[in-house]
Amino acid sequence: MKRVFSVALALLASASLAACATTTAKPAPGKSQTASNGGGGPPPAPLPKGLDPAANKDPFPSTYRPLPGRDVALVGATVLTGTGAQIENGTVLIKAGRIAAVGQGLAVPAGYETVDARGKWITPGLIDTHSHLGVYPSPEVQAHSDGNEAIDPNTAQVWAEHSVWPQDPGFNLARAGGVTTLLVLPGSANLFGGRGVTLRNVPGRTVQDMKFPGAPYTLKMACGENPKRVYGGKGRSPATRMGNVAGYRAAWINAADYMRKWDDYRAKVARGDKADPPKRDLQLDTLVGVLKGEILVENHCYRADEMAQMIDISKEFGYRITAFHHTVEAYKIADLLAKNDICAATWTNWWGSKLEMNDSVEANVPLVEAAGGCAIIKSDDPDLIQRLNQEAAEAMAAGRALGMPITEAQAIRWITANPAKALGIAAEVGTLEPGKRGDVTLWDGNPFSIYTRAQRVWIDGGLAYDRTDPRFQAKSDFELGQESRR
Amino acid sequence: MIRRLAVLLAATALTAATGANAATVAIVNARILNPGAAQPVNGAVVVRDGKIVAAGANVATPAGAQVVDAKGGIVTPGFVAVNSMLGAVEVSSVGDDVDVKTPDLGAAFDVQYALNPDSVVIPVARLGGITSAVVTPRAEGGQGGAGEHDDSGAEATSGAPSSENAHHLFAGQAAVIQLARGSDMLLKPKVAMVSPFGDAGAKVAGGARGAEFVLLKEAIEDVRAYQRNRAAYERAGYRDLSLSRADLEALIPVVNGQMPLVAVANRASDIRAVLKLAKDEKLKLILSGAAEAWRVAPEIAAAGVPVILNPVLDRPTSFETLGATLENAARLEAAGVTVAIEGNSGAHRAHEMRYNAGIAVANGMTKGGALAAVTINPAKIFGVANRVGSLEPGKDADLVIWSGDPFEPLSKPQLILVRGEAQPLRSRQLDLRDRYRDLSRPMPPGYSY
Repeated sequence: MKRVFSVALALLASASLAACATTTAKPAPGKSQTASNGGGGPPPAPLPKGLDPAANKDPFPSTYRPLPGRDVALVGATVLTGTGAQIENGTVLIKAGRIAAVGQGLAVPAGYETVDARGKWITPGLIDTHSHLGVYPSPEVQAHSDGNEAIDPNTAQVWAEHSVWPQDPGFNLARAGGVTTLLVLPGSANLFGGRGVTLRNVPGRTVQDMKFPGAPYTLKMACGENPKRVYGGKGRSPATRMGNVAGYRAAWINAADYMRKWDDYRAKVARGDKADPPKRDLQLDTLVGVLKGEILVENHCYRADEMAQMIDISKEFGYRITAFHHTVEAYKIADLLAKNDICAATWTNWWGSKLEMNDSVEANVPLVEAAGGCAIIKSDDPDLIQRLNQEAAEAMAAGRALGMPITEAQAIRWITANPAKALGIAAEVGTLEPGKRGDVTLWDGNPFSIYTRAQRVWIDGGLAYDRTDPRFQAKSDFELGQESRR
Repeated sequence: MIRRLAVLLAATALTAATGANAATVAIVNARILNPGAAQPVNGAVVVRDGKIVAAGANVATPAGAQVVDAKGGIVTPGFVAVNSMLGAVEVSSVGDDVDVKTPDLGAAFDVQYALNPDSVVIPVARLGGITSAVVTPRAEGGQGGAGEHDDSGAEATSGAPSSENAHHLFAGQAAVIQLARGSDMLLKPKVAMVSPFGDAGAKVAGGARGAEFVLLKEAIEDVRAYQRNRAAYERAGYRDLSLSRADLEALIPVVNGQMPLVAVANRASDIRAVLKLAKDEKLKLILSGAAEAWRVAPEIAAAGVPVILNPVLDRPTSFETLGATLENAARLEAAGVTVAIEGNSGAHRAHEMRYNAGIAVANGMTKGGALAAVTINPAKIFGVANRVGSLEPGKDADLVIWSGDPFEPLSKPQLILVRGEAQPLRSRQLDLRDRYRDLSRPMPPGYSY
């Protein structure tokens, strides 16, 4: 009986998800060609399947379904909402997989399962804007090295989701660290590394089972040492930073040209003129997606001077950079980043492994925020993703050491609300506000303490992790049958 | 307020220190936290000539002593970093001095000659409470200065057979340094020899674990033969030995059980094999890496072998670490094993050592045990416990006054003494921070320092 009930709920939830996906989907530009075909002649035959880049922008659609869950009330906790508020004796109500209400001492309506959260802390599920889980899974053997298509400086045509191994044990460990959503990116060997994929952190049989419904695509770009080292080492361009910049600009010129060809073609078709379609190019499709504002640029870039140049390039070609990643020198241009509304996704104290990350400061994130910018703590690491809260605590400490009165309520945004913004999913996740997805992490204490651990994690209202209940501690296929495990 | 206190404290101690070594400093109103203790003791620490002369409750302030009021702050011994590259690296990708790529030198390689007290990495580590470090050669497989972040595209080639590194059964000899200003940072050289085992050991021996043990036993036998027959060897009238003369010399204290062998091993079966080798050959052993050590805990404890580990490693990063768990440290402690906790990476993130200790506590280790694992345990393991690792009379005055729990990110050091001398609470990172703190100044940041 209970089982039937939860299935029904899940169906309800997925119905609402589907609705959401529909409303957030961009209208496909290709649609207009049939609608406005008023030229008088017979309508042109549609292009064969797969040849029209606008015909299906989601060829690997999400098959995500929320875990079964029931309406749940978390009662009596200290709640960091992700909106900047801290609520004592707070209650969080999750109904049909969505946040229904958050407030102090709320009455629990009938039909809710009540969780006693007194003495505990509640935050939105954490969001990591920079992960390679699945594309560099554990164990880290050559057969698993699927994150860098390091054969050409421009591989905008590759998609990280086609490398993701859903059985990476790292997903489960990240969930035990409170992470409910993550962006999996290609590596940084290339100027254009390929598309990232935003995932719900639930165990899936396929990557499609994990894909965040309706989340926009992202493009990984990389500045600096990595591309020039990888290709310079192969005796080809880019071998220098100026080679990097020439490479970006050449690619955007090609993309703009490709976009123009398709626009011309569609205009001709719309007029009823005879027209040959351009040949579809996966690499240029991705870049055009950026130029059209449909795909978000996530730009690996350490140094301040290079970031300023990337901003100029984006203006030259008319696209937007959503976030700089790593960006250990963001503090040097915090004003510029704020002015251009570009998020800075970084660590607190990772530095020195190479020269372009030699100028890290622990107060980077607080300084970005103080300048009015969007500051983010991310992992880029399968160990750190398990402790984003602690990395945020270190940043908070560095800010307080500067005399900034940074509160926990503020700092939690670095790993919740701001990442949601950088992934284009802020309407769905990142804060505990009514209507948003029921992604909630329950901590056994202040999440900014080194001694605190996530106790339970809900994703879309379904219990996805419980530290005290092995039934809610997912194991990957790889972990089964290893008698030595734990 | 806290900031002012820190400045004041530092200033006071600096005066004391510069007032010549003879000056006596009394740190009063302190909560003294020594390794092993569950709770701090209210009391004082008296320092003279760079040494601790008294520490604890009911310690009187000597007449004429410079008094530093800790104002109830927690005082710990300075932390002792293990598997460190401090003083031997500036920027990892630019190069370091813990890795030898000539095939002619293995065991004899000695890090003590490379140490650079001017490294800008050192003040960052020191601000994490680290006052001494075991600079350790990097063995095949990465232990030593392991774990530097590589975001890079280098992963494009990772996993490929490495031909660049020389293959050594022995990676060389470690040294202990103190993170003091000035030129005299070497505390003790030749504190341990490093060898890779498991996958990495197989690799240096030609591809199979069994091969490494054969070669090791041969090497050990050669060292013993060399030791017995030096004169014959020098006359060139002796049989060929498997190692160079320099390596043979360097290994004499190892085969005699005087110099410990740091065995980098992770899989339970590899750990057992190393324990047996050490027993058979009467070697003094230290286990490092040790992801599955908890599964062998009773045997490790019975053998009296200490373990160096990183408590944050819980992934099956390889087929050697399928049993990696955050509870490794706690389970080893419960079995009576001496544990030392390392930071994340050998140098740049060494200061995260105190967080790693906290993470071990969050996963079951006792607080006193975790403090020991970053202080007295590494000091004992590497033979420098007579100098550092606890706040006891006669030891070097290496200590830290903390604004709170030393394992918490929100706590900061307020005073750091190394050999009684106050260290600046500064780093190049803080200089950069302050230079760019105000971006609206009329003159470019280049004029601000």
